[in-house]
Amino acid sequence: MERIEFDYPAARRRITKKAHVGVVGSGDMEVLMEPAKGERAHVSITTSVDGFQDSWKAVFDRFFSKFDGAVRVQINDAGATPGSVLLRLEQAVEVISQ
Amino acid sequence: MSQTTLIPEFVTRQSFIELDGRRRAQSLFDEGTWKELGGPFDRMESPWLPLQGIAPQFDDGCIVIRGKIGGMAAVAIALEGAFQGGSIGEVSGAKMTAALDLAAQDSQAGKRTAAILLLETGGVRLQEANLGLAAVAEVISSVLALRPHAPVITLIAGTVGCFGGMSLAAGVSSYVVMTREARLGLNGPEVIEQESGIDEFDSSDRALIWAIHGGEQRVGMGLADALVEDDADKIKATIRRYVQAELRLEYRSQQVELYRDRIAALDTSGQIDPMSLRRGWNSRKTGELR
Repeated sequence: MERIEFDYPAARRRITKKAHVGVVGSGDMEVLMEPAKGERAHVSITTSVDGFQDSWKAVFDRFFSKFDGAVRVQINDAGATPGSVLLRLEQAVEVISQ
Repeated sequence: MSQTTLIPEFVTRQSFIELDGRRRAQSLFDEGTWKELGGPFDRMESPWLPLQGIAPQFDDGCIVIRGKIGGMAAVAIALEGAFQGGSIGEVSGAKMTAALDLAAQDSQAGKRTAAILLLETGGVRLQEANLGLAAVAEVISSVLALRPHAPVITLIAGTVGCFGGMSLAAGVSSYVVMTREARLGLNGPEVIEQESGIDEFDSSDRALIWAIHGGEQRVGMGLADALVEDDADKIKATIRRYVQAELRLEYRSQQVELYRDRIAALDTSGQIDPMSLRRGWNSRKTGELR
């Protein structure tokens, strides 16, 4: 198991809602997305699968290239693929945008 | 004939099995009356799973929702089958017990609060061993404390089924509702095969498994009370009837002599046929509501 953290200082737009999507089932993950405490986005990941820090970084770099909300993202992961991770993040964004 | 009448019901229905644990629990309540207690944002995770290299879940796989069903107070406690096989650990067990105890307190104070257990579980979480076993004991004693005051309804929809320690909780509940796809048993098929050999039970033989553990057989034998279709509306209606039902005068778990005699009378010299078992066991008055 690994814990991974990222900061995205450029994501500063204020967010007011929160979202919880997904389940920690095989090949899936859950996300909590909430307003960040400071003026930047922060991501923390707990994953059962070790050694994929670069893949996580690539997924979040791509995600925050389109999304600018100052969110606190927490993930529990049971081996979701990068594609599933992006879909779950987009699903969470959909919920906080409603 | 209009176009819509050509679409069969099983196409248009909302499947219950396809919902996750949280949506299942929510779907049972009167619209706009429910509220989740101890949800994912409260971050009540298992402290034991990360120590063993396993990612926890923010709600520990146990969803507690209270609200109104058919205008009556109720609490639904769902185990999420996709997370660690719906297994019961220290935290999920404590959430379940606390919810049942609160329902019992309210019921004793004059506000009858039914509990619905949505069990998709393999039983005790092996990573939390003794704590999980203790949790099962606590859940059972809390069910026993609540059931004289308000109905405790176990709903097993599938496809995980309900096995191990939590099958005992199902056994002591007031009513058990199952779908055809659901399974209920103390030992799961793999466990029986592992312990007694493939001659005893072939865990890859799906027809055999459902003929023994399946919802239709369990209802047929009188070990469960109602067989429902995998249809969210129909399941909601069935649960509502049991929430509003009279309390049972006698519970299955009190009929020790009856079941002891039945088991003693089984002829184990040959393979017991599921259909004859149904004929022999279904004479008991079940909790079928008219």
